Amino acid sequence: MTSIEGVAISKSFGGVRALNHTSFAADAGEVHALVGENGAGKSTMIKILSGILRPDSGTIRVQGRETTLDSPQVALRLGIGTIFQELTLMPYMTVAENLLIGREPRSGGLISHSGLDMKAHELLDEAGISGIEPLELVANLSLSQRQIVEIIKVVSRRPRILFMDEPTSALAEQEVAWLFGLVRKLREQGTCIVFTSHRWNEIKDIADRITIFRNGENVGTYTAADLSEQEAVERMTGRKLEMLYPEPITLEDPAPILHVEGLSAPALHGISLTVHQGEVLGVGGLAGQGQRELFLTLFGVRHARSGTIQIGGKAVRINNPRDAIRHGLALIPEDRKTEGLLLPLPVRQNLTLPILGRLARSGFIRRQQETDLVQAMIQELAVRTPTSDQPVGALSGGNQQKVLIGRWLLTRSRVLLLYDITRGVDVATKHDIYELIRRLCQEGHAILFYSTDTEEMAHLCHRVLVMREGKIIDELHGPNIAPEAIVAASLHVAAEVTIDASTQVSSSEVSSS
Amino acid sequence: MSATPASGTRPARRTHFEARLNYYSAQNVPLLLSLGILLGLILIYFLLFAVRQHRLPGNFELSTTLNNTMTVGLTAIGQALVVFTGGIDLSVGGIVDVTNSLAAVLMRNNPGSMLGVSLLVILVGAGAGLINGLFVTYGRLQPIIVTIATLTIWQGVALLILPQPGGAIPPPVTAILAGNIAPLAGLPSSVVILVLLLLLWQALRRTGFVVTLYAIGNDERAAHANGAPVNLARIGAYTLGGAFSGAAGLYLAAVATSGDATTGSQLTLTSIAAVVLGGISLFGGRGSVVGALAGACILTLLLNVLFFAGVNPQLQEFFQGLFLILAVVISTLIRRLLQSGRQVGGGSL
Repeated sequence: MTSIEGVAISKSFGGVRALNHTSFAADAGEVHALVGENGAGKSTMIKILSGILRPDSGTIRVQGRETTLDSPQVALRLGIGTIFQELTLMPYMTVAENLLIGREPRSGGLISHSGLDMKAHELLDEAGISGIEPLELVANLSLSQRQIVEIIKVVSRRPRILFMDEPTSALAEQEVAWLFGLVRKLREQGTCIVFTSHRWNEIKDIADRITIFRNGENVGTYTAADLSEQEAVERMTGRKLEMLYPEPITLEDPAPILHVEGLSAPALHGISLTVHQGEVLGVGGLAGQGQRELFLTLFGVRHARSGTIQIGGKAVRINNPRDAIRHGLALIPEDRKTEGLLLPLPVRQNLTLPILGRLARSGFIRRQQETDLVQAMIQELAVRTPTSDQPVGALSGGNQQKVLIGRWLLTRSRVLLLYDITRGVDVATKHDIYELIRRLCQEGHAILFYSTDTEEMAHLCHRVLVMREGKIIDELHGPNIAPEAIVAASLHVAAEVTIDASTQVSSSEVSSS
Repeated sequence: MSATPASGTRPARRTHFEARLNYYSAQNVPLLLSLGILLGLILIYFLLFAVRQHRLPGNFELSTTLNNTMTVGLTAIGQALVVFTGGIDLSVGGIVDVTNSLAAVLMRNNPGSMLGVSLLVILVGAGAGLINGLFVTYGRLQPIIVTIATLTIWQGVALLILPQPGGAIPPPVTAILAGNIAPLAGLPSSVVILVLLLLLWQALRRTGFVVTLYAIGNDERAAHANGAPVNLARIGAYTLGGAFSGAAGLYLAAVATSGDATTGSQLTLTSIAAVVLGGISLFGGRGSVVGALAGACILTLLLNVLFFAGVNPQLQEFFQGLFLILAVVISTLIRRLLQSGRQVGGGSL
């Protein structure tokens, strides 16, 4: 039975057509994957079907009945739950307040704080999550923990239709397994589940049917078992792609560029590592084992307690990002929207922000020189933008990421700290970024690489360091690092420190397979 | 299998007690800091008073201090409600001027008039707030622009109502609002009002309305997506804020026993200062009305302290400003210090 249906939906944003008479339908008791490149209209469709956006034209039917979803309230009342790509959590409210917002337990008509605490405990326990305290502020949670809270919040409203826009992009493998367990349970209960993901193996793992969007149009709906990755990618992009991961370049006795010895900081203990010219060094492990802290400390955002950093054989002190930039380091973070780009400003200014000093003569920016540099960079990185005066916020996620990379290339950085840069980026752009990484290596950059996508890390890196609780516990050498080896190395140690019996069982399953 | 994600989310595996402590410190450090400043000022005040007057402050001093606080306090509560949403209300002073003038012109010495005009004045305040709220919400205008415009509009209206300071507030109103309660050992009625306000806040903060205000201040888009009545709550914040300003206008008239169309104007900035001293984030989403009241007390006490310290009255404002900036800098430093010791997993660019 069709649970929700959007018929001939159109939606434009300031002249750009996101959806063009596009239809989409999903059934009760199925897991339906909605796939396509960034900007294909998936998120727009989901936002329209959950009452966040109003379509310019088209019809929406919920459980067979025509409806106008003119607000999220209406959608919630109709049993539509949505996990948005941009989470909907309040950072300075507690986990409990967030989980139960709008349906707080009351006593005598007023919200009961003890009731909030208890009910939140119940919800977390029910979901099998034991690491998150109801009284913790959401601001203090890691990205993956926030994602988990968001999932529990929405699922606990018992929706009959559940939309999940890239629910796994912030999750580590174990957490994805947890989520999929939850999804399977909901499917058995007859819930209609629609989700988007850029990870094919996840889609294969859980989806019953797959609908492909391209440029705001529905290309077709397929039974998951009948569709291969190759076919899917071809239909998503409208062109054939060669092998997704380019081979890492061969290194012949490369010179060390970044050398770190005994680096300690809050959540980091005695990290030593060396990245060579042209090398991609991966930093793996479960989520939240100090990878983020390592990147932030190297870039001077966080302060090191002890340890030495050498760049090109010279000892350097890095107390703040300015120091880091001066010594040729560049950090490209996961959350490009809040941690790197100035979205309302044009591509041009975003690119040249850190090098304005170099472009200026007696305080005034030399416009022509700026234009030349900007044009060259846009071309080199194949940024898809009409002009260099386009606000960065109007570009797709992958192209935003390219602009951010371009900015640091202009600073002539030698060491690139790439932190989960392909998160939420579509296949074609991912491919561009992989190619770019390879080219950067050829040009002699040294790259420190973190990704939540283990497979990507395995294919792109020359070596992978595995971190656990702020320490490096293992090192895997390429070429041909198996993704499973990284997972096993991460989990192997997790099993030793976690007393939880069920965890030990599952991790030994992984390592024995 | 069900418990596996726990190991992936290890950084937050803290004990319940730690989490509770974290929670209270993160939520309440700014509030505790402002209460600390208040306590310090009270001590200094007592000390200076004792040295100068050779006795301790008594009921009279308590009463005048609190009466002076109450006007600022009421506007600070109104300001706080708006600031929770991430907005700001610069029209506070104008609303106080209008309601102050109205009360002085209209009120007659009979119970019906006294009660009726008091209610009317608060309603006028609410109406003024409603206008702000509608412009901000449906006009999609910046709160600072809307309220700076309405500020001058109301200031103008106030001068039309009461061109010269004057009018008269019937003595019973002054006695009830700013006098002493004989049966309760001469307890100043402002103490009772203060307690009632605190109780009102305890109830209010447990309503969906106030939770929605915080949610808007945290992330408006997210609040909307969670089905929170964002528009209604925001309009409610400005309206209720206006009502509190109206109450402040009434109270000001009661204390002064007459009206003045210009004295209220300074309350715009004082109410914001009180909110900031009370540890309420001007970015919205965080803070407590208790803090706003504490901030108001701090500002009044500071004047008393400066007076007893023998500071040249012409330098009063200079020292007020100096104190404000010092207090904010010091509490920010303390907060950062506490946070850097506490945060392990967080930290963003």
